[in-house]
Amino acid sequence: MDTPELENIEVALFVQALQRRYGYDFSQYAPASLKRRIQQLSEQMECKTISGLTERMLHDPPLLPRVLDGLTVPASEMFRDPAMFRSLREQVLPLLASYPQINIWQAGCAHGQEVYSLAILLEEAGLYERTQIFATDLSERALQLAEEGIYPARDAQQWSRNYQAAGGNHSLADYYSARYNLLKIDQRLRRHVTFAQHNLVADGVFCEAHLILCRNVLIYFSNPLQDRVLSVFRDSLVRNGFLCLGMRESLDYASAAASFAPFDECLRIYRLAGQPERAFA
Amino acid sequence: MNTPKAIVIGCSAGGVEALKVIVGGFSTRLQQAVLVCCHSSSETMDLLCEVLNRVSSLPVMEAQERHPVQAGTVYLAPSGYHLLVEADWHFALSIDPRVNYVRPSIDVMFYSAAEVWREKLIGVVLTGGNADGASGLQRIRSLGGTAIVQSPTSAEIPTMPQAALDTAGADHCVDLSDIAPLINRLCLA
Ligand SMILES: C[S@@+](CC[C@H](N)C(=O)[O-])C[C@H]1O[C@@H](n2cnc3c(N)ncnc32)[C@H](O)[C@@H]1O
Repeated sequence: MDTPELENIEVALFVQALQRRYGYDFSQYAPASLKRRIQQLSEQMECKTISGLTERMLHDPPLLPRVLDGLTVPASEMFRDPAMFRSLREQVLPLLASYPQINIWQAGCAHGQEVYSLAILLEEAGLYERTQIFATDLSERALQLAEEGIYPARDAQQWSRNYQAAGGNHSLADYYSARYNLLKIDQRLRRHVTFAQHNLVADGVFCEAHLILCRNVLIYFSNPLQDRVLSVFRDSLVRNGFLCLGMRESLDYASAAASFAPFDECLRIYRLAGQPERAFA
Repeated sequence: MNTPKAIVIGCSAGGVEALKVIVGGFSTRLQQAVLVCCHSSSETMDLLCEVLNRVSSLPVMEAQERHPVQAGTVYLAPSGYHLLVEADWHFALSIDPRVNYVRPSIDVMFYSAAEVWREKLIGVVLTGGNADGASGLQRIRSLGGTAIVQSPTSAEIPTMPQAALDTAGADHCVDLSDIAPLINRLCLA
């Protein structure tokens, strides 16, 4: 038996151990990138093999947050894909403006970069006072960092460019203070944000939402899990509610996608279509 | 006989011109899937797709997540995402942090393709100004695949092929103009 096959056995055992020990189920994640992450995690934790990682994880519960953080790799940017945020600003928010109260669910919020991007858009559109943003993620660590809203200052340049390209009419620097090598997001932007742990693998509807952003999360899921999550989104959205996915995500293999109509296919912005037709019982 | 099933190609600075020569030189009878990872600063692969389609007798398109890898097709890794292949020959994307300062990374694509296609894989490293692809090429070789490296002297920027040679060595180290004929020979034999 050669190394990859041996590793595949170890990966399967790791996934099973994590599930049985702590209840987190990664068995439906897309295998290729999951394996990469498990390998990276075991290198970072200086384990010689994945089995070594499994042993430590099983016997050392305080390691769990680190393990989950390593398996989920919460990487993000502010205003990533500016064209999408521009469309939110120019096309979607004007439609949401007709609701007296706007609920937004951001699923897979990583370190909060997109949450604050949204808050800025809403602030500039004059809608933030009647908006509630629910920002959820699997990783508790990620959520903690998201609440703090502190990022390396070196990211500021790129993010400012993104903000401008997304149609921003101020300067991104108006929304943070920079000190040493860090920038800290203005805490006022947090005033209508609720951060909470929510696991898309196991948990259901989180809130009734007018807009759901779940970008670059489903790319890590196998087809059946992608389908499951899309049905949760379908059940969470108000009629004609909006769903934004990552720019390279494909709905071609999810039957729940039938409930969504493209609003801007290219930018992966969808709308919940009218009531799905039910087959005769 | 181990007829290859797939060809993975990595390139960086100078890559577009090199790809035109190689993709333009493929035989119309090629039955292999060709996966290309080309570092580029542009936000989409549309232009490269167009440029290559003009010279290619095989269809050239951006790889789409979840879609099957089809024979006789040239796929480009989308910009900003790592491209991986699942064991059942479907594409997967990841937006994990950069590897070797780049995303898509050639190493990431090579590693996953190596596991899927093993000895039925050809890995190609072309011109470029960094060392991405070197360790992936080593993985390809260690799992029985065939490594082709563009001769550094024929490369616009020799750093990347040189790094690949230093780390992985090669089964064939040839000039740019000889790469497509060599691939045709290995694949149509
Ligand atoms: C690549 S990040 C995407 C961040 C951001 N949406 C963006 O596109 O820039 C993926 C996020 O999904 C989260 N995630 C992964 N699996 C999850 C699950 N089962 N439930 C909830 N969140 C999950 C990760 O923790 C991570 O923060």
